[in-house]
Amino acid sequence: MSDILYTDQHEWVQVDGDVATIGITDYAQEQLGDVVYVELPAIGKKLALGDEAAVVESVKAASEVYAPVSGTVVEVNDDLEGAPGSINEDAMGSGWFLKLELSDESELDNLMDEAAYKSFLASLG
Amino acid sequence: MADTHALDTIPLKVTPLHALHVELGAKMVPFAGYDMPVQYPAGVLAEHLHTREKAGLFDVSHMGQAFLRFAGYGEGLSGDAAHERVAAALETIVPGDIRGLKPGQIRYTLLLNDEGGILDDLMVTRPLSADLQGMLVLVVNAATKEADFAHIAAKLAGSATLERADDRALIALQGPAAEAVMRTLVPGAAGLGFMEMDWFDIGGVSAMISRSGYTGEDGFEISLPDEAVEAFARRLLAHPDVKPVGLGARDSLRLEAGLCLYGHDIDETTTPIEGALGWVIPGRRREEANFPGAGVILRQIAHGAARKRVGILPEGKAPAREGTRIVDVAGKEIGAVTSGGFGPTAGGPIAMGYVDADHAATGTEIALMVRGVARPARVVPMPFIEKRFHRTDKK
Repeated sequence: MSDILYTDQHEWVQVDGDVATIGITDYAQEQLGDVVYVELPAIGKKLALGDEAAVVESVKAASEVYAPVSGTVVEVNDDLEGAPGSINEDAMGSGWFLKLELSDESELDNLMDEAAYKSFLASLG
Repeated sequence: MADTHALDTIPLKVTPLHALHVELGAKMVPFAGYDMPVQYPAGVLAEHLHTREKAGLFDVSHMGQAFLRFAGYGEGLSGDAAHERVAAALETIVPGDIRGLKPGQIRYTLLLNDEGGILDDLMVTRPLSADLQGMLVLVVNAATKEADFAHIAAKLAGSATLERADDRALIALQGPAAEAVMRTLVPGAAGLGFMEMDWFDIGGVSAMISRSGYTGEDGFEISLPDEAVEAFARRLLAHPDVKPVGLGARDSLRLEAGLCLYGHDIDETTTPIEGALGWVIPGRRREEANFPGAGVILRQIAHGAARKRVGILPEGKAPAREGTRIVDVAGKEIGAVTSGGFGPTAGGPIAMGYVDADHAATGTEIALMVRGVARPARVVPMPFIEKRFHRTDKK
């Protein structure tokens, strides 16, 4: 298991070999409120950095989740369809969204480590 | 995660319950110029479901309250004759039956412009007390209250005077437990029938209590002087069945109930007929044809409007938000969603919107263009839940 990396869009990325598991952070789920629907990409879809990877909807609004790194979708969390609330309950664990096979590992260098993300959150007030 | 920060330069107004909202841990957002609670720590889903199961307490003090009195009020006329005068004045700008209101009765009606467009929707109450005949109590929407009150004062100049009640707060207690809760605090109010209002004494304070609401549930709306509302709200919240509910759940509750949100589902560009609100115009007013926009509206009643507000049930799980384009099965654009989201009690996505008349029949198969993909949906009757208003059997 490697360390978890973060984006300023409040996504987390955990890399295992050349596969990155992606989800939204606890801060993000709290901002969203109760998640009621998730739309995940098709397996095999190629995502470039910043492409819309998934959609997460609360009672109030829809938000996009953008690909924090480039890659090919190799797995999605089908359990979210029946239990989108697990994003609220366990955003960093069972609430994961998708797995990407990385196409450019150097993109990981642009992500924040936990300490950097924590100070980023603190800067948001 | 895309995040937006509104750059508000105009200072937000607050209601007399602002400090209580903050104390309760509410997430505050700007709404209609006010800093309002969108949700409390329980969250929108829990607040919505609690309202349907027990009772929710809502702060709606941002709404506009006012008293309308006929010119010459208090100078001799009383009873029905006095009511007739103020009702006749108001009927020049709304299409509802105001003259026919019984003492203590509340009616939902619309302020119309000369094109038949809807300037606002509002509640009009005829006081029960014999001492107050010739006066009406008005409650209008927050975002439109300045324009509404200016419009009413200008249009009725000479025939009636409007007194704003900006020093009064308004809270709503909604849900199946509302009556039992109210019975513990203001026993007399529990005897009100649906869409009835009266004045009650709450610890020396004069409160207007209505059996009405915006959730599809039984409940009450309570108008109190600003300085008295926090103490009463705390007494309500002390009851184990009462939880605070924010604007987020207020919106999902009213959407499930099929009720319009002004500025979204109805506005100056929609007529009552297009908005499926023709029921607010009774036979007498249609015959008299003397309300603003009567020409347009009566023509639409006779020949049909080109479009209609309908309930929409998506077949899948994807919510369709306001602004979503509606297409027919061939992909031709036929309308747009005006309110849409997830219905916690309905258990899935629900929406309302306008479709052209050819596609407005219940059961019509349509599709919603969500993120570029046509998602199958059907036109359905509203509400999306069973309404549980308090009905008194008058045999």
